[in-house]
Amino acid sequence: MLNTSDVLETIRMIQDENLDIRTITMGISLLSCADSDIDASCEKVYQKIIHQAKDLVKTGERLEMEYGIPIINKRIAVTPISMLVAASGGDPVKYALALERAANQVGVNFIGGFSALVHKGFAAGDQALINAIPEALACTEHVCASVNVGSTKAGINLDAVRLMGQVVRRCSEITQDRQCVASSKLVVFCNAPEDNPFMAGAFHGPGEPDCVINVGVSGPGVVRAALASAPKDLDISQVAELIKKTAFKITRMGQLIGSEAAKRLGVPFGIVDLSLAPTPAVGDSVAHILEEIGLEQCGACGTTACLALLNDAVKKGGVMASSAVGGLSGAFIPVSEDAGMIDAARSGALCIEKLEAMTAVCSVGLDMIAIPGDTPAEVISAIIADEAAIGMVNSKTTAVRIIPAVGLKEGEELEYGGLFGTAPIMPVRTQSPARFINRGGQIPAPLQSLKN
Amino acid sequence: MRAVLTVIGKDRVGIMSMVSNQCAACNANILEVTQTVLQDLFCMIMLVDISQLNCELSEMVYQMQQLGESKGLSIHVMHEDIFNSMHRI
Repeated sequence: MLNTSDVLETIRMIQDENLDIRTITMGISLLSCADSDIDASCEKVYQKIIHQAKDLVKTGERLEMEYGIPIINKRIAVTPISMLVAASGGDPVKYALALERAANQVGVNFIGGFSALVHKGFAAGDQALINAIPEALACTEHVCASVNVGSTKAGINLDAVRLMGQVVRRCSEITQDRQCVASSKLVVFCNAPEDNPFMAGAFHGPGEPDCVINVGVSGPGVVRAALASAPKDLDISQVAELIKKTAFKITRMGQLIGSEAAKRLGVPFGIVDLSLAPTPAVGDSVAHILEEIGLEQCGACGTTACLALLNDAVKKGGVMASSAVGGLSGAFIPVSEDAGMIDAARSGALCIEKLEAMTAVCSVGLDMIAIPGDTPAEVISAIIADEAAIGMVNSKTTAVRIIPAVGLKEGEELEYGGLFGTAPIMPVRTQSPARFINRGGQIPAPLQSLKN
Repeated sequence: MRAVLTVIGKDRVGIMSMVSNQCAACNANILEVTQTVLQDLFCMIMLVDISQLNCELSEMVYQMQQLGESKGLSIHVMHEDIFNSMHRI
């Protein structure tokens, strides 16, 4: 029989330490829906989604019940909509409304894929889609958008970077009365993964199968609790070992639920995303793990080193636990969604520059950071360019999801509630990068891209 | 198919019979039981066969939860696979 302490450990992880499956995301290819008539195309999109995902939420809920593990989100990722706009032309907002209607019909929490991949230039449909992002996000609740502006292979599309600064600002402006919520649903990527199950950046890449199930696990609370109950004099390699073992257990859970969900839905199982995704709930914070390793507060000198160790140990533990690893796979550091990060930002221990350094050693990038409402579009573009450069040179994914808090200034806060949490407005350097951003063109791919 | 049923709470008369009655009502066969009482905290782990259930597993989970709540006990029923996948390679 099972060991009693193992059984109790699993139950404790779920009951007390917030272990959960963060998301089951169904990826659906919409390439078969392309039509030269936009209304026909939208109808095909709607029909295909509700056909493929009709049992997604129900299956997720049954798995929750039977296995006793909470599954927080059921989501859908679709083919970048710019590819359909290329065929149909017309107003891309129509697609956003079709996605929203489908999301409401099947009951998912989010639907991602209002996206364009423009790292090497704009193709037909791309610019129209990007320009439509603010309105699409403002008039829908569940739709998420993402734009890939750079890659290690292609370099960085500075024209797209310039445009995205304006789009991010515009998103905030038109949802100013709703906590600038539209910009919290928009991610600007470098090296965007095609199988990422996490929002807001999830989309179903063109190289993916017709339909697939990807899973994102969570579990910062479990890692923190394991460190908290370990002897205080462990040396750092023993700390890494402990995190690895814990990550293994968390990932096995994701692998089990993902493969079971895929089996029941009759679609192939894609990947497990080995990410530590925090929530604003007490005890579910990545910052608190870093503090448990030995920092007074997240943001202190040493934060980057601790995060690098954490990120690496999570991957090493997770890789053996899963048959296929993908997505972002690393620790997330969204400021507004992490109780420890919120505290650190409020106290001034954590600044944007430190966060930028942290993104060089963990997955994602500058995530859920509120900046003063009067920040010019060029500065936002330059933040995106900096982050994309880190991703490009280090052959890793980086992303920017920042929220210009229009009408508010440093020291005030945006309050979202739920998983999105609270975003203290962080100061940004105000010296102008406008001349650099307005040059346009393409930042050439680095030498790292020449691996063949 | 087997499930792990855990009962944790303050020790009192009749916990065992109450839980096993509910198992019988769902047609779940009890395969193994281990229990300890630490001071006055009762902790029981049961392995039950759920292949012949007369209801859905999710229904049994729900009924056990209700039973636990009404008696001030924490009762969980979870598919055995979750423990196997987490603790066995």
